Amino acid sequence: MFEYFHAIEFSAAGQMIKNSSWAFAVTESVHLLALSVIGGAVLIVDLRMLGFGLKRQPVADVAADAYPIMVASLVVMLVTGFMLFMSEAVKCYYSQPFLVKMIALALAITFTFTVRRKVARAADGRISPAVYRTVALVSLMLWFTVGAAGRWIGFSG
Amino acid sequence: MSLLPFCQWLAETQGSIALHESSYMYPLLESSHVLTLCLFVGMSVLLDLRLLGWTMRRIPVGEITSRILPWMIGGFVLMVVTGLLLFYAIPIRSYQNVFFRLKMITLVLAGLNAWTYHVGIHKKIGEWGAEGRPPRRARWAGAMSLILWAVVVVSGRMIAYNWFDCDLGQSAFINWAAGCVPGVR
Repeated sequence: MFEYFHAIEFSAAGQMIKNSSWAFAVTESVHLLALSVIGGAVLIVDLRMLGFGLKRQPVADVAADAYPIMVASLVVMLVTGFMLFMSEAVKCYYSQPFLVKMIALALAITFTFTVRRKVARAADGRISPAVYRTVALVSLMLWFTVGAAGRWIGFSG
Repeated sequence: MSLLPFCQWLAETQGSIALHESSYMYPLLESSHVLTLCLFVGMSVLLDLRLLGWTMRRIPVGEITSRILPWMIGGFVLMVVTGLLLFYAIPIRSYQNVFFRLKMITLVLAGLNAWTYHVGIHKKIGEWGAEGRPPRRARWAGAMSLILWAVVVVSGRMIAYNWFDCDLGQSAFINWAAGCVPGVR
């Protein structure tokens, strides 16, 4: 496994981002902007499932509106995130927060596009409030772990 | 008018030194500051996109504003509190940082933009706020808000880089923009 991480960091693209004085900063800024957007798109639906925010609209309507925004910002996060990873893959190999983030990210994406999507799209009245609340809390917890562990990669090592 | 003497005094206080030297409080504060972006900027972006008529067109603007605003205000208060504490931990370097200064100016502009919207076209929301695309002035406010908050976020992130720090020796322009004083720091 280590060889792959090493090869990625010492690839032409990895070295370019690493050695440029602004490429990492710019990539990270875009990563942060997309974080703000995906945060809003996830929160507006999770809050609605918890009974807050856009209470007068059906969950399915709020989820349908937020969906393209969430997917677009997720794509930007994944692309910029991979670019950041390329520039410091070896550090990431040894980083515990990175491992935590990747596991939480895999779980968050899987959960979001299976269970959460199905529940959020269901017609009004077919899902009990308890199920909505559980799905929202799991989603919030998973995405929070992704964000917090991600921030911690920069503090450690 | 220079706030430098105040920042120098602040940097010498017990609390500032403790925060600056703590191994966990500073990273925790910074993480809270960054993650609260999801709440404050995330919600603002949704409202701005609605003002542009790009999303949630079926939901009246007034409905979105009244439901989202309390969360935005909560997020904003958290941002300000954690932001002030981050400044308190590193007052002199922040004050003499061009990105910090750019961020503060843009914050004021973003505030002015929000205020202009609220005392202006938002007052007549009954005439236009139902469904579909808002009028030009509302769309303009949404677009300006998106741009200004993006600048706030990016310049905030850039504060961490020392490219333009006074003690590295800077051009005359940066020395002026950052308010560098020879021998300070």
